[in-house]
Amino acid sequence: MNASLTSDRLAAAGVLPLKVDSLVKRFGQVLGVDGISLKLRSGECFGLLGPNGAGKSTLIRAIAGRVIPDAGRIEVFGAAAGSATARAALGWVPQDLALYPRLTATENLRAFGSYYGLSGKNLDDAVAWSLDWAALQDRAGALTRNLSGGMKRRLNMAAGLIHQPRLVLMDEPTVGVDPQSRNRIFEMIEALRAKGMTIIYTTHYMEEAERLCDRIAIVDHGRIIALDTKDALVHAAFASRSQVLARLEGPEAQVNAWVTEHGGRLVEGTAQFTIEHPNEIAGLLDGATAAGLELVDLSLRRPNLESVFLQLTGRELRD
Amino acid sequence: MIFPIVRTAVVALRRDRVSLVLSFVVPIAFFSIFAVIFGGQHDSVSKIKVIVVDQDQSRASQKLVQGLVSDGSLIVSTKPAPTKDQPAPTNYTAVSAETAVKAGDVSVALIVPHGFGDHPFSFGGKSTTETGPSIELLNDASDMIAPQMVGGLLQKAAMTAMPEAMAEQGMKYTDQYIGGFTAEQRKLMQANLDRLREIESKQGKGANPASSALGGGLIAVHNRSVVGENKKNPMVSFYAAAIGVMFLLFTASGSAGALLDEAESGALDRVLSSRISMTGLLAGKLVFNILLAFTQLTVMFLWAWSIFKLDFFSHIPGFIVMGLCTAFAVAAFGMLLASICHTRAQLGALSTLAILVMSAIGGSMFPRFLMPEAMQKAGLWTINAWAIDGFTKVFWRDLPVSALWPQVAVLLAIGIVLFLIARRIARRWEYA
Repeated sequence: MNASLTSDRLAAAGVLPLKVDSLVKRFGQVLGVDGISLKLRSGECFGLLGPNGAGKSTLIRAIAGRVIPDAGRIEVFGAAAGSATARAALGWVPQDLALYPRLTATENLRAFGSYYGLSGKNLDDAVAWSLDWAALQDRAGALTRNLSGGMKRRLNMAAGLIHQPRLVLMDEPTVGVDPQSRNRIFEMIEALRAKGMTIIYTTHYMEEAERLCDRIAIVDHGRIIALDTKDALVHAAFASRSQVLARLEGPEAQVNAWVTEHGGRLVEGTAQFTIEHPNEIAGLLDGATAAGLELVDLSLRRPNLESVFLQLTGRELRD
Repeated sequence: MIFPIVRTAVVALRRDRVSLVLSFVVPIAFFSIFAVIFGGQHDSVSKIKVIVVDQDQSRASQKLVQGLVSDGSLIVSTKPAPTKDQPAPTNYTAVSAETAVKAGDVSVALIVPHGFGDHPFSFGGKSTTETGPSIELLNDASDMIAPQMVGGLLQKAAMTAMPEAMAEQGMKYTDQYIGGFTAEQRKLMQANLDRLREIESKQGKGANPASSALGGGLIAVHNRSVVGENKKNPMVSFYAAAIGVMFLLFTASGSAGALLDEAESGALDRVLSSRISMTGLLAGKLVFNILLAFTQLTVMFLWAWSIFKLDFFSHIPGFIVMGLCTAFAVAAFGMLLASICHTRAQLGALSTLAILVMSAIGGSMFPRFLMPEAMQKAGLWTINAWAIDGFTKVFWRDLPVSALWPQVAVLLAIGIVLFLIARRIARRWEYA
């Protein structure tokens, strides 16, 4: 893997792994991407966090050269998206299991490796590295359609990285996998980061973005509504404040009145409040008692990315 | 309780266009095609193309030719159609007529020999020393119907177009055999009648009228197969090509459908994000489908050789040329269908409809030469017809590879055009 060295040289020359400038993409009347701009630093893992339909996959497909933007420009290591140079530098792990089900794991890797121009020993080495990286050596000869869901996901990732790209696009690579396989995938991505690859990682799971990404862009309705490190995003939205989550039993109208009176919001039956100091909790509980409500559950937590998304959009990330 | 189930099924069927097409369009299309072929629609009855060579040029022979020309069931040619090179072609000769039958231009040729006018009627098949030479009927053994029809129409023409000649010869025979009806003459007449009965009796006990003389009529006709007379199994090569091409089309469309699977799974997107372009991808698929189709044809013909004694190894060059051209056209056809359709189900319905219709009118199910002329012309719009014609030239007519140029040119042109259209339609997969 020489991704780190190459990327470092390009970074020294001032060439960014990815530069997106005022990107717009419409699908009929629907605005898929609405003027997104961003720049990636060499070797970083950049998260695109947003609900389904936010425009993450459209942005990824545009970077991969599979979507022609209506406006704006994308450069991959200085080359226009979709150009031969950009395609050679990019590795794309699509959300779908884009594999040949009747081919074995090895045959799939060899096929995609050859599509990227690998041959001979280079191809053999790349296949061996990919099988090792994806922990699929034991199932190298198994038909892809017979692999488990987690194994297929890992093979899907390996097929996108077979040519050792310098910039990796991962579009929700953990969709539909069990927690154990998800952890295995996290380890694979961390291994790539350790090798200096630049990664874009889209997800609608905030835990994944928090664990893997250096910087995170929160995407909603085709726009980036916030972009920074996780801590900076939380701090910008909440400063030093904390969140109180309370579940109460009582007439709905009285619960609503109590939440509104104390400046909170109800999300799926749970009242959420932002407080500066823990001693504000007592005031909240006194108000509930006075309204005739019975407290069922109460917790205090530091705000996370989901809280930030809720704060910025008024909706939950899962919506 | 039954009605809600029926209603649900009706709604589901209404939204399943594939089932609707297979349920209603395919049967109607087939019914229509076979109704046209076998139904004997008005003005569309198949006419037989016949070349007539009048070597005799006597009054009797000219009358006979006129009688044949005026018959509505025949298309009679005495000379080739004018071309740029030959604006005023000369009459067919016995040799050029035989060549035309061998080439498949016509099913039957009639050679009216010198001396025919002296004794035009055989009155039951007397020897040529007594009645004059026989008309020679040259035919293609693959078409078993045309020679019989032409033989019958020839007798009809003699009856209707040659009354003078018939009367003249009748009187001649009366004078020769009967004279003044003396006892001796009656005895002679009886002897001749007995002889006619004897000939009739012999012909009824296994004599093959198609193999030699159509002797039972007024005119002596000698029937000779100029194509396929030495073939061990005449129709095997035809059906190997006919059935082979039909299933090639099914295989090619199914194989090209892998493109739809890849589009659905996202593999196509991934491939196109690599170094592979859409043109490269389609070209790769095309080459694979050509090889698949050619292999399929080879297996089919080898099977015909091993089981049905098809003379395969004497026709290798022609088979390779026709096999590759057919495989190319068929593979491009499959690519086009796959590029038009959005799902496997759509492809299944469309390919079933298109291939069965093409096979029906293109001669894969029923020989085209037995179809009405309009259907024969319609068949020229199908891959099947050109492929079958080419293979027939190779295996049936034993023609050299150079004679395949019309089929090769058309099949290559079909392949190129279909592939270019498929490439154009495939742009929808290139970018969103």
